[in-house]
Amino acid sequence: MKRLATALAILMLAGCSSTGSGPQPSTSSVPTELVLMTHDSFALPDEAIDAFEREHGATLRILRSGDAGSMVNQAILSREHPLADVLFGVDSTFLSRALEADIFLPYGSSELAAVPQVFRVDARQRVTPIDHGEVCLNIDREAFAEGDPPAPQRLEDLTLPEYRGMLVVQDPASSSVGLSFLLATVARFGEEGWRDYWAALRENDVLVTDGWEDAYYGRFSGGAGEGDRPIVVSYASSPAAEVVFAETPVTEAPTAVVLDGCYRQVEFAGILQGTEKPDLAGDFIDHLLSRPVQEAIPLEMFVYPVRGDAVLPEVFTEHAQVVEDPLELPREQVEENRQRWIAEWTDTVLR
Amino acid sequence: MLGAPPLLFLLLFFAYPVATIVGLGLSGDAAAGGAGVLDTWLDERTRDVLGFTVWQAALSTLLTVLAALPGAYVFARYSFRGKGLLRAATTIPFVLPTVVVASAFLALLGPRSPLNGLATMLGAPDPVVRLEGSLWAILLAHVFYMYAVVLRLVGGVWSNLDPRTEEAARVLGASRWIAFRQVTLPLLRPAIASAAAIVFLFTFTSFGVILLLGSPGTATLEVEIYRTTALLLDLPVAAALALLQMASVALLLLIYGRLQDRLAIEQRLGPAADVERPARDRRSRLVVGATLTSMGLLLALPLLVLVERSFASGDGHGLGGYGALFEAGGGAGAFVPPAEAIGNSLLFAAATVVMASVLGLMSAVAIAYRRGWASRGLDALLMLPLGTSAVTLGFGFIVALDEPPLDLRTSVLLIPIAHTLVAMPFVVRATVPLIRAIQPRLREAAAVLGASPRRTWLEVDGPVISRAALVGGGFAFAVSLGEFGATLFIARPDVPTVPIAIFRLLGQPGALNFAQAMAMSTILMVLTAVSVLLIERWRGHAATAF
Repeated sequence: MKRLATALAILMLAGCSSTGSGPQPSTSSVPTELVLMTHDSFALPDEAIDAFEREHGATLRILRSGDAGSMVNQAILSREHPLADVLFGVDSTFLSRALEADIFLPYGSSELAAVPQVFRVDARQRVTPIDHGEVCLNIDREAFAEGDPPAPQRLEDLTLPEYRGMLVVQDPASSSVGLSFLLATVARFGEEGWRDYWAALRENDVLVTDGWEDAYYGRFSGGAGEGDRPIVVSYASSPAAEVVFAETPVTEAPTAVVLDGCYRQVEFAGILQGTEKPDLAGDFIDHLLSRPVQEAIPLEMFVYPVRGDAVLPEVFTEHAQVVEDPLELPREQVEENRQRWIAEWTDTVLR
Repeated sequence: MLGAPPLLFLLLFFAYPVATIVGLGLSGDAAAGGAGVLDTWLDERTRDVLGFTVWQAALSTLLTVLAALPGAYVFARYSFRGKGLLRAATTIPFVLPTVVVASAFLALLGPRSPLNGLATMLGAPDPVVRLEGSLWAILLAHVFYMYAVVLRLVGGVWSNLDPRTEEAARVLGASRWIAFRQVTLPLLRPAIASAAAIVFLFTFTSFGVILLLGSPGTATLEVEIYRTTALLLDLPVAAALALLQMASVALLLLIYGRLQDRLAIEQRLGPAADVERPARDRRSRLVVGATLTSMGLLLALPLLVLVERSFASGDGHGLGGYGALFEAGGGAGAFVPPAEAIGNSLLFAAATVVMASVLGLMSAVAIAYRRGWASRGLDALLMLPLGTSAVTLGFGFIVALDEPPLDLRTSVLLIPIAHTLVAMPFVVRATVPLIRAIQPRLREAAAVLGASPRRTWLEVDGPVISRAALVGGGFAFAVSLGEFGATLFIARPDVPTVPIAIFRLLGQPGALNFAQAMAMSTILMVLTAVSVLLIERWRGHAATAF
């Protein structure tokens, strides 16, 4: 029993030392703590975090809250007693819901001047764009090396008999990548046409998985994939990741991007209502938009910086393709129709 | 009295948060526009989902019990070399993230399966094995995950059964089968029911396995609750579904509780060491050999595939995945030093074992010594977290525990607390059947011989309970080490555990990330086997500690 008691005591002590939770008024002896709420894929180099902490005499506490959807919903549910001071990672898909719930304080970052207008979607500046990524079809280059059939060029190609049984996509009901690709087809073929397109894909033996990991590592044949399907829905930056994370150095990515049918996702940051440190939270957003951090973002999270003057790492310019005019839908239209589209998609493809 | 602390713990960290989030869904503006509870329940889709959930859970439970009983017998009655290690190894599947397990199953039984390669060589036109997306894939994965539960909960009781009862039946002319069916099986029934209840609850709320191995569109209630809560924030529908799930589980627990009361039989329990013997004659060698081989096929083969993959590099083999784990900046952007992740995992697991054992034993004693409503109620309440959706609980924490002194929402303590909710039922289930089986005569005899009540408890009940508690403790450790679902829906400080590190590595493309994820999984397997083995070795000392 004694041993248990000791262990419990240690546990309590360990717990208490790190229980300094949530946004609380800081005492003068300890540096101010800024709490950042973010999703599980968030990553920054240590230097970028150290630089912020040093410059502002603050410590950054990172709070991870599942995937992007789960994080936004937790932020909405904790509106009255916010869990953090600043939030990073709400994307275009969930933006409307977050804005409707009114969880952000307006903030006009001085760094915004360097960000192209196309990313600055909220006129009231409640959220600040930080990065963007495009969901695109990826192909296994080896499978199309002989030119028989040639690599697909357009979304329509995928309904042709020579590409039968080659495509693997994700269920939009459970995967954000899958949802983006569904939105791409809605943007491309319109309300009238997208279901016919998916019916044709179904005829052509499209395979549906529940998540990205399963599709890319389990069913896709390119890169590290274990499967036998040479076309998968992934990101425009995936070929660059294949080069960076190759086991033995390679000169050419084993996969490539199909430039048609890419859907753009922008990730935003915002200051949470109820924080007692709005100024420090604003400083953090400025920091995320600063050139050094923007230039570090691609290799950490495999997305593109929003700053126009940020220089991309070499592996991106060489292996990832920049999507010139990606598809996008107005966020209100997405929020209004998402549930119905997913239900109709399920009826068309799975039932 | 003993029941009070666990009851308080459950009310505070389970009942209160869940009631708050469900209440939020049922009241206010949220409910006004949305569908009512009845509408959701009567919806055709809901009925389909409920039907599938019950059906696959019942089948999974039946298959797991059938598959694991021979193993429980062999482990209880025979001694053989490497038994302790093997028993510890059976808990490995329990800690592996579903993504990793799914990829092993796909490699074994998917389109590129070696079995299909063989079949093609023999001239079969189509792949013979196409397991993906079928109910069989789900069932197989559930058996793989839950095998250890039946093996250990039933095996634990079996190894304490006095073999002389069965031998007496044999001497009196009963065949092996009759002796088993009429003597041993009735004595085992409470333990089987206990284990089956846990397996059912686990598979009833199955999430990852259904998503990864089922065909898209198949959903359990748990999957639906996740979609409506985490993705759609449709709280009224989520609340209705959560109520449905909890009501089903409560109904089941009620039936189970009555069954448990009826099944309990007082019996003489012998120490396990007196019971087991080496397999000497041909027949018993055959039994042991066949059982261990089938265990190997079911449990070891998928695990070996993962180990093999962790060493695969390009077309050959190498240490690339492991090397990268220990190089700074060698992995995906969200790089976690493996030592840190392992340290975090071990710390949480240790905290969980302590909390789950203390609270679990208190409840077990309270439940076992008293019968009737109070005891049954606590028992059911303890099991209910297993049947509650992780996302309901996680979001419940956010809305309920939001004011000091209870504002634990962003504390690391919330992680072992969530793990304890899942682990406690294992401790309780492992101990209650054994405590109930203690004959009162032994206690009476001790009292007559002059022992104080305390001494009686220490000498008669103590040894039996501490042994059972260790089985439960081992599970608590494994549950915490592998726990992923519940913690994912908590806003938690950045203390990556091994499963989270694996998840992050698999979140980005690249052969090196994949190799590292496999290497990390292998480390997790070794870690689990070694820790559980150590916990069980502790047995000798533990008997004196109580």
